[in-house]
Amino acid sequence: MSFFIASSPHHHLRRSTADLMRLVLIAMIPGVLAQWYFFGWGVILQLILAIGVALAAEAVCLLARNREPSSGLRDYTAVVTAALLAVSIPPLAPWWVIVIGTLFSIVIVKHLFGGVGHNIFNPAMAGYVLLLVSFPVQMTSWLPPATIAQELPGFWDSVRVLLFGFTGDGYSLEQIRRVDTGAMLDAVVMATPLDHIKTELAQGYTLSEAKSAIIFQGAAGTGWQWVNLAYLAGGLYLLKQRVITWHIPGALLGSLGLLALIGAVFAPDSLPNVDIHLLSGATMLAAFFIATDPVSAATSTRGKLVYAALIGLLIYVIRTWGGYPDAVAFAVLLANLCVPVIDQYTRPTVYGHHEERR
Amino acid sequence: MSAVQKYSGNDADIRLWSFPGGIHPPERKAPANQAPIQRLALADEFIIPLRQHIGALSEVQVAVGDHVLKGDLLSAPGIEHGLPVHAPTSGEIIEIGEFPLNHPSGLSGPGIRLRSDHLDSWGERKPLADYQQHNHLEVLEHLQHMGIAGLGGAGFPTARKVASAQGIDCLIINGAECEPYIAADDRLMREHADEIVRGSLILQWLTHAKSILIAIEDNKPEAIAAMRNALAQANENTLATQASELALKVVVIPTKYPSGGERQLTQILTGKQVPANGLPADIGILMHNTGTAWAVCRAIDHGEPLLERVVTLTGEAIRRPCTAWVPLGTPVQHLLEQVDFQPEAQQRVIIGGPMMGFTLPHLQVPVIKTTNCVLAPTRKELPPAGPEMPCIRCGACADVCPASLLPQQLYWLANANDYDGLKAHHLADCIECGACAYVCPSEIPLVQYYRQAKAEMREQAIEHHKAEIARQRFEARQARLEREKQERLERHAQAAKAREEALAARKQQPQASDDGAPRTPAKPDANTDPVASAVARAKARKAEREAARAESKESPAESATEAAPPEDPKKAAVAAAIARAKARKAAKQKDEDS
Ligand code: SF4
Ligand code: SF4
Repeated sequence: MSFFIASSPHHHLRRSTADLMRLVLIAMIPGVLAQWYFFGWGVILQLILAIGVALAAEAVCLLARNREPSSGLRDYTAVVTAALLAVSIPPLAPWWVIVIGTLFSIVIVKHLFGGVGHNIFNPAMAGYVLLLVSFPVQMTSWLPPATIAQELPGFWDSVRVLLFGFTGDGYSLEQIRRVDTGAMLDAVVMATPLDHIKTELAQGYTLSEAKSAIIFQGAAGTGWQWVNLAYLAGGLYLLKQRVITWHIPGALLGSLGLLALIGAVFAPDSLPNVDIHLLSGATMLAAFFIATDPVSAATSTRGKLVYAALIGLLIYVIRTWGGYPDAVAFAVLLANLCVPVIDQYTRPTVYGHHEERR
Repeated sequence: MSAVQKYSGNDADIRLWSFPGGIHPPERKAPANQAPIQRLALADEFIIPLRQHIGALSEVQVAVGDHVLKGDLLSAPGIEHGLPVHAPTSGEIIEIGEFPLNHPSGLSGPGIRLRSDHLDSWGERKPLADYQQHNHLEVLEHLQHMGIAGLGGAGFPTARKVASAQGIDCLIINGAECEPYIAADDRLMREHADEIVRGSLILQWLTHAKSILIAIEDNKPEAIAAMRNALAQANENTLATQASELALKVVVIPTKYPSGGERQLTQILTGKQVPANGLPADIGILMHNTGTAWAVCRAIDHGEPLLERVVTLTGEAIRRPCTAWVPLGTPVQHLLEQVDFQPEAQQRVIIGGPMMGFTLPHLQVPVIKTTNCVLAPTRKELPPAGPEMPCIRCGACADVCPASLLPQQLYWLANANDYDGLKAHHLADCIECGACAYVCPSEIPLVQYYRQAKAEMREQAIEHHKAEIARQRFEARQARLEREKQERLERHAQAAKAREEALAARKQQPQASDDGAPRTPAKPDANTDPVASAVARAKARKAEREAARAESKESPAESATEAAPPEDPKKAAVAAAIARAKARKAAKQKDEDS
């Protein structure tokens, strides 16, 4: 009889890309639940919409590129991209925002660059930046967290706002976003904590004055800090499951935290402190879920440290001096651009070649 | 050698380093390592390949029909480097011809077929009693005559390895056995620890090493205990007389694949790296496998050539897994029959372990000196590779690479056939351990790509040399044609001039005869200058010899799968051809200059 020929190794760890991506999705659950609790059904609707569009776009792209669609769909990378984008945009943004963003992420950023593994940029973040630049109003219309909102729209109202822009009772998104501040007569349109600080500081208020606003009922803004802690929990799960290593989140949070600390020491009244930087905006999501995207990150261990520290630095710089309140997407894209250079200079020394390097 | 201190009876005083990367695949040493090493029924027929992995071909000393006894010489070390081959049992020579090799290439090679008489009667055995009374050369020669070769890794002739190593500080006996499933060294250490220690001492005596470290992974507690016991005994008896300064100890190293790789184990024990393109001897290290130490002991103390070895027979398609003493030359088919092999559809039979072993297309191949395991897994046990997915650049492969390579980068480069890039990324330093492919979530058969690229690069180098030769030939021919043309023109010009002069002369002296005209003598052909061509021939011969010598210095890689031996003579031939062409060119150049 003749036997089966195979190439070594004959053993495999048996953890496929799909398994990894599934674990990433599982790890996002706490963060998504927190977002749902504080910002209502919008986030769930965005997720459903984004994932549906992403899968359809992925299938069409694979067919157009003469690939077997089922194999590509099974690796879950498109789902992860869609999910990351969906949780990054305001929950009640009109439906076409997420549709455009997802299509751009999958079709242009991923497939026009050659499909999974070939894209230079993180697709979700590229999609996010496109949306932010094209639709600044819709993309900054965040809801106030449930704890201080006058009322959070229910499931069907959320669907209506998403599709038509109005709740069943005829409230617009603008109206929903209003918050009774108590101190003032008029309710004001609520900004995100980072946004709020930025505007206040720009108007000459000190940090403590800015933080006295109602939205800062916690360390880094009510709601937001819990969302960040929830993503942190998911990230720790990924670490424990060895889907990611500590290098990227560690270096990102480390560099951002360190810079925030330095800033807070030298200019305590005009620069936000460590807790705000680490627990506001998309910091934790970026550290554990976005920057760790294997395709667009640096590859070697040292490279990952440099890459993530760079993202931390860029986040701090853009948040502090840039034109946008949160900076994760820009920081990640800029760092993506640097990856080839980082990879070039952080190549580990190959066994037996230590002499040559010196 | 900060790692080596004087033996204090306490093994905790050795500092261990670690190597980058590595993996922890399921070990699965049980059930094969549970029972003592078995004796299986003797096969009816044996196939003894004349070329056992490394070493040139040896000359056959027997004829078809001869009756031989166990241990009789079948082929002598004819050309310089060949190892002799001995009869693994008594019987009759029934065929001398080509047989399938036990090699990943699946090629055939010259060999001898022997029919066993099932008496297994020994021929004459000549032990080298009291080896220390002999000089080193005699002992090395004895080992060479006994056919002793490395039992782990590449099967390099032991005497040559010892002889070529100068200035050895530390002799490492490699009992790591880091590949899953394999338990041959484990059982050997448990049952023959004293012989391993004795063989190690002989090797130490030969190399003047100041210390012997016996490295064993911590997943083999019984073997560790047995070796420690044997060492304590040796300390009482031999050591006192042999070398009071000798540090001799068992080092327990953490279980991690591939800690048994020569380079990795060197790093674990000394913190130093073997230089690229170098040998462990360059940093004062010589490494031998435990099995080799055992074989050295048998050869010196009992005069037994290397005729058998321990083979692990395991995998779930084998109903009675075990370790067994197997005479070299036993067909794998016979072995598997003895242990109730139940093949399933698409059965794989792997020689070696699951990480670095190779599959056999059929079972008509013999067990050779390096066959440490025959693994017949079921599909459930070791599922065949799934479909290859695109690389997601996750870097998992780089994290586990013990050579600190960037496997994903190598994969891109190999895909793009970028051989210069591959060289710049040191593909040559890949030991093909398979750790990268083991963890790759996209199930990319990375090692297969590397092997292919390596083969293509070898091919390309040969092609390149050929093209270079062709170019040189072409240029030489152009130069010759040009020169001939010049000469022709010159001759014509001279002839015309001569004619004119003759004509003029005739006009002056019309009575002079025609055939008195002076002729230009033909220039002697430069190419036939006897001195120059003799020099060129001598140069070519020298270059050829040098090429052959360089070839023989090829480094033994304990853990890397070695280059296919059939290539070696080819390589040497190519090198010689290049040398000849160069010599020819030089000679021509000289002619042209003169
Ligand atoms: S492990 Fe596989 S998928 Fe990940 S970077 Fe390496 S080759 Fe690519
Ligand atoms: S097979 Fe080569 S590249 Fe892969 S881990 Fe081993 S040494 Fe590194």
